[in-house]
Amino acid sequence: MPQVKLTVNGKPATAEVEARTLLVEMLRENLHLTGTHVGCDTSQCGACVVKIDGKSVKSCTMLAVQANGSEVTTIEGLAAADGTLHPMQEMFREHHGLQCGFCTPGMVMSAIDLVESHPEGLTEQQIREELEGNICRCTGYHNIVKAIAAAWPLMHGRELPQAAE
Amino acid sequence: MYDFNYQKPAAIDDAVKALGSDPEAKALAGGMTFIPVLKQRLAKPSTVVDLAGLGLSGIRREGNALVIKAMTTHREVANSKDVADAIPALAHLASHIGDRQVRYRGTMGGSLANNDPSACYPSAVLALGATIRTTRREIAADDYFQGMFTTALEPDELIVEVSFPIPEKAAYEKFPNPASRYAMVGVFVAKTAGGVRLAVTGAGNNGVFRHTAMEQALSASFSPDAIRDVKTPEGDMNSDIHASAAYRAHLVGVMARRAVAACG
Amino acid sequence: MNDTTLPHIVKGGIGASPKRVEDRRFLSGRGHYTDDINRPGQTYAVFKRSDVAHGVIRSIDTSAARAMPGVVAIFTGDDIAKAGIGGVPCGWQIHSKDGSPMVEPPHPVLAQGKVRYVGDAVAMVIAETVDQAKDAAEALVIDIDPLPAVSNMIAATAEGAALVHDDAKGNVCFDWHIGDKDAVDAAFAKAHKVATIDLVNNRLVPNPIEPRAAIGDFDQSTGEHTLYTTSQNPHVIRLLMGAFVLQIPEHKLRVVAPDVGGGFGAKIFHYIEEAAVTWAAAQVNRPVKWTCERSESFITDAHGRDHITHAELALAEDGAFLGLRVKTMANLGAYLSTFAPSVPTYLSATLLAGVYTTPAIYSEVKAIFTNTVPVDAYRGAGRPETTFLLERLVDVAAKTMGMDRVAIRRRNFIPADAYPYQTPVALQYDSGNHEATLARCMELADWSGFEARRAESAKRGKLRGIGMSTYLEACGIAPSAVAGALGARAGLYEVANVKVHPTGSVTLYTGTHSHGQGHETTFAQLVADQLGVPFEQVEIVHGDTSKIPFGMGTYGSRSLAVGGSAIVKAVDKIIAKSKKIAAHLMEASVDDIEFKDGKFTVAGTDKSKAFGEIALTAYVPHNYPHEELEPGLDETAFYDPKNFTFPGGCHICEVEVDPDTGVVNLLNFTAVDDIGRVINPMIVHGQVHGGVAQGIGQALLEHAVYDETGQLLSGSLMDYTMPRADNLVNIHVGTESTMCTHNPLGAKGVGEVGAIGSPPAVINAVVDALRDYGVTHIDMPATPQKIWSIINAATPRMAAE
Ligand SMILES: Cc1cc2nc3c(=O)[nH]c(=O)nc-3n(C[C@H](O)[C@H](O)[C@H](O)COP(=O)(O)OP(=O)(O)OC[C@H]3O[C@@H](n4cnc5c(N)ncnc54)[C@H](O)[C@@H]3O)c2cc1C
Ligand code: FES
Ligand code: FES
Repeated sequence: MPQVKLTVNGKPATAEVEARTLLVEMLRENLHLTGTHVGCDTSQCGACVVKIDGKSVKSCTMLAVQANGSEVTTIEGLAAADGTLHPMQEMFREHHGLQCGFCTPGMVMSAIDLVESHPEGLTEQQIREELEGNICRCTGYHNIVKAIAAAWPLMHGRELPQAAE
Repeated sequence: MYDFNYQKPAAIDDAVKALGSDPEAKALAGGMTFIPVLKQRLAKPSTVVDLAGLGLSGIRREGNALVIKAMTTHREVANSKDVADAIPALAHLASHIGDRQVRYRGTMGGSLANNDPSACYPSAVLALGATIRTTRREIAADDYFQGMFTTALEPDELIVEVSFPIPEKAAYEKFPNPASRYAMVGVFVAKTAGGVRLAVTGAGNNGVFRHTAMEQALSASFSPDAIRDVKTPEGDMNSDIHASAAYRAHLVGVMARRAVAACG
Repeated sequence: MNDTTLPHIVKGGIGASPKRVEDRRFLSGRGHYTDDINRPGQTYAVFKRSDVAHGVIRSIDTSAARAMPGVVAIFTGDDIAKAGIGGVPCGWQIHSKDGSPMVEPPHPVLAQGKVRYVGDAVAMVIAETVDQAKDAAEALVIDIDPLPAVSNMIAATAEGAALVHDDAKGNVCFDWHIGDKDAVDAAFAKAHKVATIDLVNNRLVPNPIEPRAAIGDFDQSTGEHTLYTTSQNPHVIRLLMGAFVLQIPEHKLRVVAPDVGGGFGAKIFHYIEEAAVTWAAAQVNRPVKWTCERSESFITDAHGRDHITHAELALAEDGAFLGLRVKTMANLGAYLSTFAPSVPTYLSATLLAGVYTTPAIYSEVKAIFTNTVPVDAYRGAGRPETTFLLERLVDVAAKTMGMDRVAIRRRNFIPADAYPYQTPVALQYDSGNHEATLARCMELADWSGFEARRAESAKRGKLRGIGMSTYLEACGIAPSAVAGALGARAGLYEVANVKVHPTGSVTLYTGTHSHGQGHETTFAQLVADQLGVPFEQVEIVHGDTSKIPFGMGTYGSRSLAVGGSAIVKAVDKIIAKSKKIAAHLMEASVDDIEFKDGKFTVAGTDKSKAFGEIALTAYVPHNYPHEELEPGLDETAFYDPKNFTFPGGCHICEVEVDPDTGVVNLLNFTAVDDIGRVINPMIVHGQVHGGVAQGIGQALLEHAVYDETGQLLSGSLMDYTMPRADNLVNIHVGTESTMCTHNPLGAKGVGEVGAIGSPPAVINAVVDALRDYGVTHIDMPATPQKIWSIINAATPRMAAE
């Protein structure tokens, strides 16, 4: 069986897995990181989103072997060692951006990537469009969109540009 | 999914060899189509040959053409300055394929090799009259697409890159399927020195096609009005729960006019 | 909000929006969902399901599959029958007009003799890994002779249609009615005009984002069974599965529903997979885990809605509603799901008065079996169907009368001073103020400025429309005695156990279940408020039959109105006992003890004891009235509601239609609801947002479509349109509350209002946008294709534009 070596949330992680093992399966079953969820089988819901080498990907649509040698960040790796939440986590909490919490890990991982890759600012409409790969059945997205807009200034250390409002 | 052997060759020749020596071997690019297919147990490859180690991504200008390597992701095409300068419509198209996560992984080569009847890229390749360069030969767009999920590629033939002649103007308009967000109707129109080409994806019952009646009308006069009365035969259209053949035929007209208008 | 202060509730916790207690866990990936649980020695189950809608099982050859690597066991319907395992039961019995009970065919855990829908489980394969179980399932040789299938109600009720169950003639499960037929006939006889409508309430797939999962575990040494399951009501599952299916007594059966990733009704029901893994775990003497995949959810989770209705409204010359006549066919699918019969009957037809004074109402409901997935309650359950039909019909009536849509509603509203109000269809509404919610919503939505906005859209070639719905629903389904008389086979009370610990911290065990509603927060607020202890000192426990005395779970927006009331009662008992302890300590009479802000005081003195001191005394009873009181501070209350609660309100939607493509663009959505007392406004708004999103999903996007052979065409997220962020807009939410008069909190419930009020507001807006095309009704979902077809048919020339 192939051996897959990753750096997960800053720590080395190795597992022997079948070639067919999905990254999400390795994370959940082998590494016991059950914060990453599976909500569908057609690569659409985004419950499984993690970051690989800085980019958000659907870990249900990637083989573990494809990720070999990569840096993976999961929802478990966001908060500081002392438990301080990442600003995106904090804003989801502040703005009630989650209800049942099942879509939440993927939603937060996508949202972080989204904010990081838009240093020029983000409009509400852009946030809505860029969340295409994440489905939430509980919140109606209203508070998720609010949380992401509120996290932008915290993550970039400046006001959200007016033009982008 | 069924288990398989996994290989990640470092040279194109090795990849071709791996595919040639075993008829059940299959190439893996971004996996955005292939992995869902594997998960549903609709394919049972003996070996999966990962193309990620071949150095096959990149975008360059070559004379009056834009050349995009097979493993270039949708995201890279969408964000490329070279693409934006040369064929902004192509960047626009790439930026509307799937979602953010799909665009990070999905590749041009994978999309073209798969030739999904509702994929976006095939319309661009066909309308721009691009050339597919493979590990064996060069294939003109008009010869490449051979109906739904069917192409001119041989089983051990890999797409290496695609060369797009730079048009005078071009635009892509997509009407997404409400559920999957693939193209329910996508129209790519290009005005080149050699004439107008207009390709339609998502709508046809035999995959991507050129709309010659519209091309003729637009060659005479490149304006939305010129194609207002050009009919799209319903009999050639696909039909499903989201759109009947009649509705698709109608949308082809609307999207085509919008694409022409977007060319400015 | 006109806030009537309740004597025993101190201010503070209630009405505030502390951040949710559960969020830290969910946001850090530390949620604990069923699929996150792995038991030592666990095996994996995969169900082999029928891919034909109807057929006779000729044979199942398991020999090749059994020889596959990793296979632990394979079970078929025969094994289930041999083991004497019963079918999964139905929890509600309806009687037909003629007094005969509904046809109630058995619903076996694994199909026996026949398969009846695509997805019907034929065999269960247990192996060391999921993949091995799937490999073996593929190796099963199953011979099914297909039979003609009926995939919709029209086909099922046609002459000579194939029968889903031989004993359900004409595929009718029951033919029920409610109301006064003669009074309605008389009303129609004197009608000035009659408004009519024919509509379909589209079939939906609930799709909570967490797929269902179940793990069966068995301890041979004690004979104890444990089921971990994605359920909204673990006690109900224990009751139904233990007593009716597997014959396991309660003390040997523990059901745990840990964190659950959304339910919306779909996780209320007792599903065959739960019984199968629980039973199989004992057979193989190892834990058995099953996790549903999304495509499997589409063909196994109970679907929602799917009604066909014809309705007529008799109108007087001044627009007064004189009588309402409704005829509905409701699809039940292939088997009776747990609460299916109640949905089109007592949860629907009893609300036909809506917010109007219609004096005579008569409704008939025929429930039909088809070769499709069972249909049961989905967010709103029956009430969205009724609301959709009423609020569409009222718009049609306005058109029929040439009256304004708002004026005709106002003309017929039940006046605020008419409460309590007895409707002609069994219910007695306790409170409401429809004018208040209407006026506030119209103001927030700028109803009066609409025509100017429509003109502006027209300049851009777009068709703008606005629509409203003024609705009322019944929640917190109840009293048990009434529900029992109407056919419920369970009680509908709720249970709370309040355990005060020696140092004064509190654990509350509630029989309701939170799967997104935030009970860990609101219930803690409630207890903190009532006991005057800090919010952080209260811990909420739910979802485990071994910890919680009993409970009916969470559905029908009942958790606060019913579960919260049980909490109030249990805390009342805690306070009553504490007062006695305080009286003893301070050597005063109990009658002189006052409790306020966490302190017991002897009236008129400065003598007092803190709540914590009382708690400590209760557990270290050195100085204690032992003759009179037991030590400890731990109280349980069962609360059986006196009546339903009746939330309601006004929803207004504004849309813009692109006539070229038929696309409906949502522009604005405003919801002003009367939900009684608000404990946590942040959570209330969140519930409304989510409900409205599902209602908009039903109105514009979602549709479960079967072909005539019974294949589900919209069987994956590639084909079934789930609302995504860019399909929706920000939702303006307001509350304009009157208090529920018959529960201690004044709470009415908020879980479903969004999904109930919104669909007709959306469709009324779409119909309004198309007002120049002579359209009076559009069935949901208003897809681009449908809108384009209407526009195209009305004006072929314009379509060519
Ligand atoms: C949720 C979702 C939404 C999507 N939406 C859209 C959309 O809107 N529009 C759209 O166009 N597409 C869409 N896609 C498909 C996406 O664009 C895929 O990336 C693309 O179809 C396949 O590219 P890939 O690199 O992922 O290829 P893979 O999935 O890895 O491979 C696809 C096929 O191509 C073969 N192949 C790959 N590379 C080569 C090569 N260089 N030479 C020869 N054969 C090769 C493989 O063997 C395989 O058979 C969507 C996908 C998902 C999951
Ligand atoms: S689980 Fe990965 S997209 Fe749904
Ligand atoms: S919070 Fe439940 S699915 Fe998003």
